[in-house]
Amino acid sequence: MGGFPILSVMLLVPLLAAVACLFVEAKAARTIALAATLIDLALGVVLWLNFDIGGPQWQFTEHAPLFAGFNYALGIDGIAMLLIVLSVFLMPICILASHSIEKRVSEYMAAFLFMEVLMIGVFAAQDLFLFYMLFEGVLIPMYLIIGIWGGQNRIYAAYKFFLYTLLGSVLMLIAMLWMVNEAGTTDIPTLMQYDFPPAAQTWLWLAFFASFAVKMPMWPVHTWLPDAHVQAPTAGSVILAGVLLKMGGYGFIRFSLPMFPEASAQFVWLIWGLSMAAVVITSLIALVQQDMKKLIAYSSVAHMAIVTVGLFAFNVQGLEGAMIVMLSHGLVSGALFLCVGVIYDRLHTREIDRYGGLAINMPKYALFFLLFTMASIGLPGTSGFVGEFLSLAGIYQANTWVTLVCATGIILGAGYMLYLYWRIAFGVQKNADAAAMPDLSLREWLMLGPIAAAVLWMGVYPESFLAPMRQDIAALDARLSRAAPEGDAHLVAGTPHAEAANAVGGTHDAGHGEAEGAH
Amino acid sequence: MQILLIVFLPLLAAIVAGLGNRALGNTVAKSLTTGALFVSCALSWPIFLGFLNGTAEAHVVPVLQWVQSGTLSFDWALRVDTLTAVMLVVITSVSALVHLYSWGYMDEDPDQPRFFAYLSLFTFAMLMLVTADNLVQMFFGWEGVGLASYLLIGFWFKKPSANKAAIKAFVVNRVGDLGFMLGIFGTFLVFQTTSIPEILAAAPGMSGSSIGFLGMRLQTMDILCILLFIGAMGKSAQLGLHTWLPDAMEGPTPVSALIHAATMVTAGVFMVCRLSPMFETAPVALGMVTFIGAATCFFAATIGTTQWDIKRVIAYSTCSQLGYMFFAAGVGAYGAAMFHLFTHAFFKALLFLGAGSVIHAMHHEQDMRYYGALRKHIPFTFWAMMAGTLAITGVGVYWLHAGFAGFHSKDAILEVAFARGTELGTFAFWMGAIAALLTSFYSWRLMFLTFWGKPRWAGSEHIQHAVHHGHDEPEEHNPPAQEDAGDEVTHHVPSPEHGDGTAGYHPHESPLTMLVPLGLLALGAVFAGWVFSHAFLDDPAFWGDSIFYNEALIHQMHAVPLWVKLTATIVMLIGLFGAWFAYIRDTSIPGKFVEQFSLLHNFVYRKWYFDELYDLIFVRPAFWFGRQFWKRGDVGLIDRFGPDGAAWVVAKGTVAAKKVQSGYLYSYALVMLLGLVAAVTWVLM
Repeated sequence: MGGFPILSVMLLVPLLAAVACLFVEAKAARTIALAATLIDLALGVVLWLNFDIGGPQWQFTEHAPLFAGFNYALGIDGIAMLLIVLSVFLMPICILASHSIEKRVSEYMAAFLFMEVLMIGVFAAQDLFLFYMLFEGVLIPMYLIIGIWGGQNRIYAAYKFFLYTLLGSVLMLIAMLWMVNEAGTTDIPTLMQYDFPPAAQTWLWLAFFASFAVKMPMWPVHTWLPDAHVQAPTAGSVILAGVLLKMGGYGFIRFSLPMFPEASAQFVWLIWGLSMAAVVITSLIALVQQDMKKLIAYSSVAHMAIVTVGLFAFNVQGLEGAMIVMLSHGLVSGALFLCVGVIYDRLHTREIDRYGGLAINMPKYALFFLLFTMASIGLPGTSGFVGEFLSLAGIYQANTWVTLVCATGIILGAGYMLYLYWRIAFGVQKNADAAAMPDLSLREWLMLGPIAAAVLWMGVYPESFLAPMRQDIAALDARLSRAAPEGDAHLVAGTPHAEAANAVGGTHDAGHGEAEGAH
Repeated sequence: MQILLIVFLPLLAAIVAGLGNRALGNTVAKSLTTGALFVSCALSWPIFLGFLNGTAEAHVVPVLQWVQSGTLSFDWALRVDTLTAVMLVVITSVSALVHLYSWGYMDEDPDQPRFFAYLSLFTFAMLMLVTADNLVQMFFGWEGVGLASYLLIGFWFKKPSANKAAIKAFVVNRVGDLGFMLGIFGTFLVFQTTSIPEILAAAPGMSGSSIGFLGMRLQTMDILCILLFIGAMGKSAQLGLHTWLPDAMEGPTPVSALIHAATMVTAGVFMVCRLSPMFETAPVALGMVTFIGAATCFFAATIGTTQWDIKRVIAYSTCSQLGYMFFAAGVGAYGAAMFHLFTHAFFKALLFLGAGSVIHAMHHEQDMRYYGALRKHIPFTFWAMMAGTLAITGVGVYWLHAGFAGFHSKDAILEVAFARGTELGTFAFWMGAIAALLTSFYSWRLMFLTFWGKPRWAGSEHIQHAVHHGHDEPEEHNPPAQEDAGDEVTHHVPSPEHGDGTAGYHPHESPLTMLVPLGLLALGAVFAGWVFSHAFLDDPAFWGDSIFYNEALIHQMHAVPLWVKLTATIVMLIGLFGAWFAYIRDTSIPGKFVEQFSLLHNFVYRKWYFDELYDLIFVRPAFWFGRQFWKRGDVGLIDRFGPDGAAWVVAKGTVAAKKVQSGYLYSYALVMLLGLVAAVTWVLM
C-alpha cells in the first residue's frame, strides 16, 4: 500500500460524512451515511486484501506526535484487522436497518457515523491514551442512540449502561497512568512486550478487568446489556452486540493477556468461574424470556463466556477459537437482532407470544432466521461451530471441569434458541396481524443476505479468517507460555496392553474365566 | 470422483429445491431431488460391489481445507472403504426409495418442495458422516443429520406435538453430542490429531496410559471411548438417551423410515465400528457398549409389546434392534453388527413404509385398535409387511442355512454373544434371546391386529371424518395431533348404519410410487441376509482394514452348541404362537392380562416412566431455575444492590448529585477529560 494512510482515510470518511449529515435533511443524510459506510467497507476490503499474512506484526502504521504526551499512532495486526473488517461490514447493514427511524434522522446518522470512526479507531489505535479516549468515547454515541432513539424505558437503560461503564473506566485509566509512568512509553506494541513486576501486574490486571468485564459483559456485571438491547433501536443493538461487546474481548487479548501474563494465570479461576456461571445462569435465564431481544441479549452473555474461557485457556486453539467466536457472534447476534427488527418494524412488539407461524407467510424470513439460529447453536458448517469448537478444545487442555460446564451451553443453547424459533416461526398463526405480515423486502434481503453468506463462509472455510491472525496468536501464545497453568487432563504414559479387548481363541483370554460353550 | 457426485448431488438438489421452493413447483423439485438420489444410488452400488469382489481399494478424496489452529487441523475429505461402501448403498438406496415413495405419500401436502429438500439435505449430511476421514467431519455429519431430523420431525410445524418432538430430538441428541465433543477434545489431547486412521494406528500404544478427567485419573482409552460412545447413545437412541425416538414418529412416515429406522439412528453403530480398533483397546468401554446394547434391546422390546400406535411399535422395535447391533459390537463382532445394520435398514424401512401405506389407506389413523381385516383390502401392502415381519422375527431354517434377512444377522449376533464367553456376553445373549421372543410377539401382534380379525374401523375419528366428509375432498394439510394412544373414550363414535365395523369405509391400496419401493425393499428383506451373509460375517478380506475383524471369535461363533443356534428360532416360534393365541384365537386375553397385571402393564405402557422422570428432574427445574436466576438473581439481587441501589442513593442525595444524574453524559465526558489532563501532566512530569 506504499505510504497511503488507509487507516486515517477510513477514519476520515465517516467523520466528514457525520459532519455533513448534521447540515442536511433526512433523505440526504441517509444517502450520505450509506455512501460513507460503503466506501469504508470497500476500504476495509482493500485493507484485508493488502494485509500481508506472515509479514510484519504491525502493518499500515501511522505515527504523528501531538501535543503533550499524546501521539496519533495507528497500526493493525491480524486480530485488529479482522475486527475492523467486521465493523465496516456491519455498518452499511445498520444504515439499511435504520429505515424505520423517522425522528431526527440527520443526527441519528451522524451518531452512527461518528461511532464508526470511534470503533475503527479503537481497533487501530497504537497509543495507550488514544485507545482509552476512543474506547470510552465510543460509548457516547451509543448513549445517545439508546437515549434518544430508544424505546419507552430508554433513560433507565442508558443510565444503567453509564453506571456500569463508568465504574470500569476510571480504574482502567488509573492503571494506564501507572503503566506509562513505569514503562516510560504510551506505545501499545512496546507495552505488550514489557514485563511488569508480577506484584504490580495483579492490581493492574484487576483494574483492566473491571473495564473489560463490563464491556464483555461477564456475569454478574451483565445486567446492563439486556436493558440496553431492549431499549436500543435495531441498528443500535446490532452494533452493540456485533462490535461493542467485542471491545471487551479485544481488551483482554491486547492488554490483559500480553501485558500481564502472570496475573492472567493467577486470576484464571476467577475468569473460569465467572464464565461457567455465565454459561449456565444466563442460558437458563434465556430459556424463560418472553421478550425476543432480551432472550438474544442473554444468549450473548453466554456466548461471550465461551470467548473468555477460550482466551484464558492459554493455548493457540483457545485464543483462535475465542477470536472466531467473537467474529461469529458479531455476525450472528447482529443478524438475529436484525431478524427481530424485521418483524418489530411490522408489528411493533418484541413479545414472543404475539408471533407464531411466520414460516407460513414469511418463508424466506423463516429460512434466514433458521440459519442464524443454527449458527447461534453452533451447528457445524456455520461460523458458530468453528469458534465454539476451538475454544472448548482449547479449554479442555487446561481444565476438563470448566470444559464440561461450559459445554452444557451447547445443550441449553439448543433449548432456548429452538424454543424461540418454534414460538416465532413455527406453530399456528395466532394473530391475524402477524399472519398478514409480508415477507422480506429487497432492503431486508440486502441486510441479511451478506451476513448469511459470511456465516457460511466462516463455517466452511474459516482459514480465510484464521490465517491473518495465526502469527499474532502464535506470538501471544509464546508470550503466555511461561505462565500457562498446567492442564488437569495431561497424559501419563503406561504399558500398552498386549492384545485387543475382545481377543479370544488362539490367544488366551486373560481375566475371563468362563470358557466358550460352557453351557 | 464418483464419490464427489454421490455426496454432493443430494446437497445441490436440496439447495435448488429448498431455495426454489414454491417458485419451482412441486414436480420440478420432486424430480430434481429424487433424480439426484437415484443417480447417487446408481453410483454407489458399483463401489460396494467393487469391495465385494475385491477389486476396489480404500482411498480418500480431499475436498477442501477446513480448520488449522496450531497443531489442531482437520479438512473436508471423503473416505471410501468397505465400511463406507456398505453405508453408501444403505443410505442412497433407502433414501432414493423413500424419495420415490414420498411422491405418493405426500401427494396432498402443499409444502412438498420443502419436504423433498429436507430429505435430500439429510442424505447429504448422512453421506458426509459416513465418508468422514476425521472425527470433526463425522461430527459435522452427525449434527447435520440432527438438523435434518429436527426439521423433518417438525415438518408439520403447526402441531405443537411435532414441535415438541422436534426440539426434544435435537436437545436430547445434544446431550450425546456433548459426550462426543468431549471425546474429540480428549482424543486430540492424547493423539494430537483428529484423523481417524492416525488415531486407530496409534490407539494400541496408548492402551496402558492414563489421563485426567474431572479430577479423576482414568485409563486413557476407556474414558475416550466412553465419551464417544455417549454420542453414539444419543444418536442411536440407547437406554437413557432413547426418549426422543418414539416421539420422533410425529414426522411424516417416510421420514421415520429413512431417518429413524434405516440410516441416522444407525450412525452410533457405524461410529463404534469405524473406531473399532480404538474400542478394542478399551475393555471397560466395550463392556459398557455391550451392557447398554443388551439392556436397550430388552427394554425397548418390552415397551413395543404394549403400544397401540403402529408407528410407535416399530419405533421401539428399532430402538431394540439397535441394541442388538451395539452388543454385537461390544463383544467384538463388528462385522455382525454391520450386517444387522445392513439387513435391518431394508426390513425396517420396509416395515415403516408398509405402515405408512396402511396409514395412507386408513386415512391417517395410526391406532391399531381401529384396524383389522385389512389383508384383503390392501393385499400388496400386506405381503410387503409380511416379508418385513418374517425378516425382523428371523424366520429361517437352520439346517438349510436359508431364511429371511433377520435370520442371518440376528441369529449371528446371538451366537457370537454366547461364543464370546464372558459374563457380559452371556448376559447379552440371554437379553437378546428374550428380546427376540418379544420382537416376534409384538411384530405378529402388529400383523394380526392390522390385517386379521374383523374390521374395527368405525371407532376411528379419522375414518368417520373420511366417510362423512367424502373421501376425495382435500384433507387438512396437517393431520391433527395424535391423541394419546391410551385415550380410548374420545375415539369411540358408534356407527349405527354399518354393523360390520367398517363404517362404510373402503380402504384403497396405495399408488404405484409407494408400492414399487415396498416391493424393492421386500426383495431386500427376503434376500439380503442370504446373499451377503458370507461376506459380512466370514470374510476378513471383504472388510480389509476398515473394521477390527476378530477371526478367532467368528470361528467360535460357528462352534457354539446346537441349542444356542436354535434358540433364536425357538423363541421366535414361541412369540408367534403367543401373539396368535392372544390376538386371533382368544382376543379377550390381552384385556384380562392388562387387568390382572395393571401395575406392570402401566409401567411398561408408560415407557418405564422415563419421560415423566426427565420432565421432573431436568425440564421443570431448568425453567424454574431460569425464572429464579432472572427474577431473584438479576433483578432482585444484582440490579437492586447494583445500579438501582446507586440510583436510590443518588435520588436521596443532594441537589448536586441530581445534577450529575441528569447531565450524566456531560459529567462522563468531563471525568474523561479531567482524567486525560491528569495523565498528560503526569507523563510530562
